Amino acid sequence: MGHQTESLDTEKIWGGGESPFGISYGKMMMWFFLISDALTFSGFLVSYGFFRHRFSDIWPVAENVFTHFPFLHGHHPLLYVALMTFILIMSSVTMVLAVEAGHRMNRKSVILWLGLTIVGGLIFVGSQAWEWYHFIHGTAEGALQMADGTIAHLAGDFTLALSDGSSIAAAEAGEYFGHSHVGHQHAHIVGVTGEASVHLPQALRAMGNGLAIGSEEVQQFILTGDAAKEAIMSGSIIQGANLEVNEYGVPLFADFFFFITGFHGTHVFSGVVINFVIFVNVIMNTYEKRGHYEMVEKVGLYWHFVDLVWVFVFTFFYLV
Amino acid sequence: MSDHSDSAYEFAVHHGEEEGKKIRKRIWLIFWVLLGITTVEVTLGLIWKSLSANPDAIWGIIKWTFIILTLFKAFYIVFDYMHLGHERRNLKWTILAPYIIFVLYLTFICLNEALAIRDFDFLWWNS
Repeated sequence: MGHQTESLDTEKIWGGGESPFGISYGKMMMWFFLISDALTFSGFLVSYGFFRHRFSDIWPVAENVFTHFPFLHGHHPLLYVALMTFILIMSSVTMVLAVEAGHRMNRKSVILWLGLTIVGGLIFVGSQAWEWYHFIHGTAEGALQMADGTIAHLAGDFTLALSDGSSIAAAEAGEYFGHSHVGHQHAHIVGVTGEASVHLPQALRAMGNGLAIGSEEVQQFILTGDAAKEAIMSGSIIQGANLEVNEYGVPLFADFFFFITGFHGTHVFSGVVINFVIFVNVIMNTYEKRGHYEMVEKVGLYWHFVDLVWVFVFTFFYLV
Repeated sequence: MSDHSDSAYEFAVHHGEEEGKKIRKRIWLIFWVLLGITTVEVTLGLIWKSLSANPDAIWGIIKWTFIILTLFKAFYIVFDYMHLGHERRNLKWTILAPYIIFVLYLTFICLNEALAIRDFDFLWWNS
């Protein structure tokens, strides 16, 4: 390619009739689209980085948030997202194999590999839905959102007395308060029975609630006795994550998670749809008649880009 | 290149069975590279805290290892799977230059500012 470039008469190239970039109009436009789309994702990830560094002391660790794995109990950080990454890399391989088959005008192979790419994409979108579900639903015990917004965790064997006369175990508090719907008012907490303790997030600074927490040595600040009761009574129990509250830490974490993985998931979904359209065209012999499978290459570029974005999301959301 | 109405590029570069075998070999080789890097990343993510008695001290190295491994993966995806490594030089730079210039700058300035604002707020809260 390099040799060919040198032998070209540049004046004539730019004068028209030839592609200065040596690629077709369609592929070039796909590249230009990807440049702008990649800048959008860069903007998202950089703004995520901005708030993450700004709130570095209270930012949740993804490892402690995404710990579920289908059919397995217990704590499995990173495993599920590793599986999702594997699925997407795999579908990138099947896509590039479909492109290669297209170069050999091998229709059957294109159908096989493009079909597998679509299946991979659907599994990925499904996995993401599963991850969202668990993040939104949250844990049974939920978390305590203190009056100043700090997210703390309840510990100890105690019960909460409610305004309707009933009482619930602390371990079930999330389930009780998490399922509030519009028009369905929950009873509120009127008392705490038993030895309650409230675990504040690590390395917390003074948050303006009258507590002096300045020492670097303090890894986990624990409230007990009356202080714990007061914190529970003045705060609220939350469960799961949405755009307003997040039991795992600052709500911004949830906002960025929904926004960035949601935007990426939308790309995966539209990629699946586009791949499907091309898949139908391949089956209907469109590209056999046209004499080339360049369309598969173009959607291939988009599909690899979706994989590329996930590589970065995986690193900056889950690993770093 | 004498006939300019016959464009300098072809819509799809056709290749034969022999050439195809070589290309497929490379595709699978890169797949193993990508899978290997991801496995290393996940393993490192799971065990890095047990690598040192003082995990906080090595976090910087771990973080940069993750980022460099990610850039390796990105390189293989873009240069081979997206074929950019085989495109003309002017196209390569048209695509890569915006990131090398703007995104690196944006990243640097935003993270730097975020840390400055954090420290400013910290002083303000404690004054």
